[in-house]
Amino acid sequence: MKDIGIVSYGSYIPRYRIKAGVIASVWGKDGATISRGLGINEKSVPSIDQDTATISVEAARSALKRCTIDPQDIGAIYIGSESHPYAVKPTGTIVGEAIGATPDLMVADYEFACKAGTAGVQSCTALVKADMIKYGLAVGADTSQAAPGDALEFSASAGGAALIIGRDNVVATINHTCSFTTDTPDFWRRAERKYPSHGGRFTGTPAYFKHTISCATNLMQKVDTKPEDYDYAIFHQPNGKFPVSVAKKLGFTYDQIKQGLIVPYIGNTYSGASLVGLASVLDVAKPGERVFLTSYGSGAGSDGFDITITDKITELARDNAPTVAQMVEDKEYVDYGTYAKLTDLLYWE
Amino acid sequence: MAGGVARFWREIPQRYNIIGNKCGSCERIFFPPREACPHCRRKSLGKMEDIKLSGKGEIVTYTIIYAGPKAFEEQVPYPVAIIKLKEGPQITAQIVDCDIDDVKIGMKVENTFRRIQEDGYTGAIYYGYKFKPVKE
Amino acid sequence: MRDVAVIGVGLTKFGELWDKSFRRLIAEAGSKAILDASISGKDIDAMYIGSMSSGRFVGQEHVGALVADAAGFSHLHIPATRVEGACASGGLAIREGYLSIASGMNDIVVVGGVEKMNDVGGNFATETLVTAADQEWEAFFGVTFPGLYAMIAKRHMYEYGTTKEQLAQVAVKNHANGALNPYAQYQREITLEQVLNATMIAHPLGLLDCSPVTDGAASVVLCAAEKAKEFTNKPVKIIASGQGSDTLALHSRRDICTLDATIHAAKMAYKQANLTPSDIDLAEVHDCFTIAEICAIEDLGFVEKGQGGKAVENKITTLDGSLPVNTSGGLKSKGHPVGATGVAQIVEIAQQLRGEAEKRQVKDARIGLTHNVGGSGATCTVHILEAM
Repeated sequence: MKDIGIVSYGSYIPRYRIKAGVIASVWGKDGATISRGLGINEKSVPSIDQDTATISVEAARSALKRCTIDPQDIGAIYIGSESHPYAVKPTGTIVGEAIGATPDLMVADYEFACKAGTAGVQSCTALVKADMIKYGLAVGADTSQAAPGDALEFSASAGGAALIIGRDNVVATINHTCSFTTDTPDFWRRAERKYPSHGGRFTGTPAYFKHTISCATNLMQKVDTKPEDYDYAIFHQPNGKFPVSVAKKLGFTYDQIKQGLIVPYIGNTYSGASLVGLASVLDVAKPGERVFLTSYGSGAGSDGFDITITDKITELARDNAPTVAQMVEDKEYVDYGTYAKLTDLLYWE
Repeated sequence: MAGGVARFWREIPQRYNIIGNKCGSCERIFFPPREACPHCRRKSLGKMEDIKLSGKGEIVTYTIIYAGPKAFEEQVPYPVAIIKLKEGPQITAQIVDCDIDDVKIGMKVENTFRRIQEDGYTGAIYYGYKFKPVKE
Repeated sequence: MRDVAVIGVGLTKFGELWDKSFRRLIAEAGSKAILDASISGKDIDAMYIGSMSSGRFVGQEHVGALVADAAGFSHLHIPATRVEGACASGGLAIREGYLSIASGMNDIVVVGGVEKMNDVGGNFATETLVTAADQEWEAFFGVTFPGLYAMIAKRHMYEYGTTKEQLAQVAVKNHANGALNPYAQYQREITLEQVLNATMIAHPLGLLDCSPVTDGAASVVLCAAEKAKEFTNKPVKIIASGQGSDTLALHSRRDICTLDATIHAAKMAYKQANLTPSDIDLAEVHDCFTIAEICAIEDLGFVEKGQGGKAVENKITTLDGSLPVNTSGGLKSKGHPVGATGVAQIVEIAQQLRGEAEKRQVKDARIGLTHNVGGSGATCTVHILEAM
């Protein structure tokens, strides 16, 4: 698949932030201890008029602003999320209409916890490889829900990123992709329920680590690489500790994962997490650099990608849309009461 | 919000992509699109062409709404402005991503995609344009 | 075209009238007007009723027939028509009644205006009022009716230096007048401080810059002027009727601070009456919000564009000023039962020209003007009346 890959990318992080310390003090906990323990200082909060659809549209529009493709040439759109605005009625059609890609378009929404976005990347890659579409758009975005007082309240945040996949003007080739999948109930949300449940410490070793490590190991075996061969590595980031830990276990250094590690500043954007990390890398990547990405979605599975940056990245108008770093810095703090209003914790009749 | 989905579905091109139209006779641009140009009238019939507006403009006047309608109650206080778009037409929209004290006549703004309202918890969600300050 | 006169007037009290239904309100106003005109049912050739949104406020359409029925005239089968132009419904009903007599079609016509706004919750009433604006391109995006006028005020302040104090003085003046009007909703004076410190509604307009939600009805009997003296010894002639329209949405107007519909209607009226603004002795204008009165006295030609605020500040428009405006208390203090307002304005001017305005009487009032606006200025009617 040497010639197929990323043609453009975009991301969006909402502006509001709430500090871990502010949440902690509401529940009688110590913010500093929690921040240290989780590796998260603050998280992004969507404003009341934002949701997965609006975030996906922003990310997709940013991707289009950076390149010169005609949105009518996008043949497929997959939006991966755990917080689609409708249980039935796709986010993908809203995005398709908002970017002018309709009506000759294949669309579906994906769900696979935090790796729904990367699953969409795999589908687009396959459709391009099969010459069934010229370009595909894959988006991972979420406005994730967390029960008040639950540990997840410190990390569940909002954001997303979009990749346009194609054969022409590829700025980063997807050399290979593979996945590692088992039926592992580490974290889930039943239909009709507002908040997810999780298996506590079970979400670690048998879930996040097993799948990420297995997928990453398989991928490096298939493409015959070692960690040192990569300039950047991105792992799913449910908190600031897991990705650092899994990187170490696999033999990657902190320097390799630093650029793609956004969770300490914006929290876990769930389906957006790995892709926002990738967007952050693409914001600064140079021709010839190699990127390793392994996402993780509870339930459970990991998608791995071996990516090489091409010369064409210098032609991509990366300045035409905000970078992840710029969006991380463009922020406004809210208090817990405002946060509760914005995330619909208060129930309105 | 009274009215069924068709009324809002029909205007998706306008709300999502600010699609207006242009008079084939005098080239004036309108938003929302018109059946005929008020200036050229019958000369413009059948000659109106759809055109996507840039979404960039300047605030002409504004207010901060403190007593909002039910669908917007949670957002109060919020700014609403009349914006003169680059291409000429003026449009009414909320201003977002901005402190209410920073909204000014003459402020340069551009459109962004947001939820406008929904038909209650079980009804359809209507998306559309709001405007945010342009970062200089 | 024949001359038309007002031969009878009638009004209910304006306010929160829990005991009075829509039907009862209009029947009361109508019967008062008919008694005042000394006519009987069989003299009535037609009825015109102004009501903005009976459908939403009381779930009832088809109110032309309903009002004729409520007034006890169904057995006479008189033509009864409901006229709608948002807040200008009353003024439009007056004009329709006027035209039907001027054209020779009718001799005697009863015009009524009525609105029953308190049978629904406050939120629903607000949402109903905003149907006067552009539903698709203004209301849908979160602007409220006060919001629209607030945007006019902000631009007026930006372009002409009009101040919040000048806006507030409109409310103070109108309450001072309303305090003298036994039919007004609010019959108490208010201070400048109270207006400036009132709860913010849509910046810069606060609660006391806005006219209230009101129940009420008003009615007049119009008659061909040549026959007027058969019924009353103090007829008042309608010497001009003007009307104008403009874009529905405020954002589509030529100039946000100017109601071109007012200018057009006023020009039509002044031309018909062969008068200029300086000939007018007093006026009832559409002060749905304080800024609206300021724009009105400019657009009606009483002062230069942009000078409305100063005129109010210099007390030109007070009860004893050189041009008393809203001696009734205006929409602000008298109340604004939407469809009734345009008709109630005619009642006030007629009473002034007949010398019956009691404590509100303007000395030597000979020529009066009424100004009724729909929405943020998409419809306007202007009538000029002269003592006969």
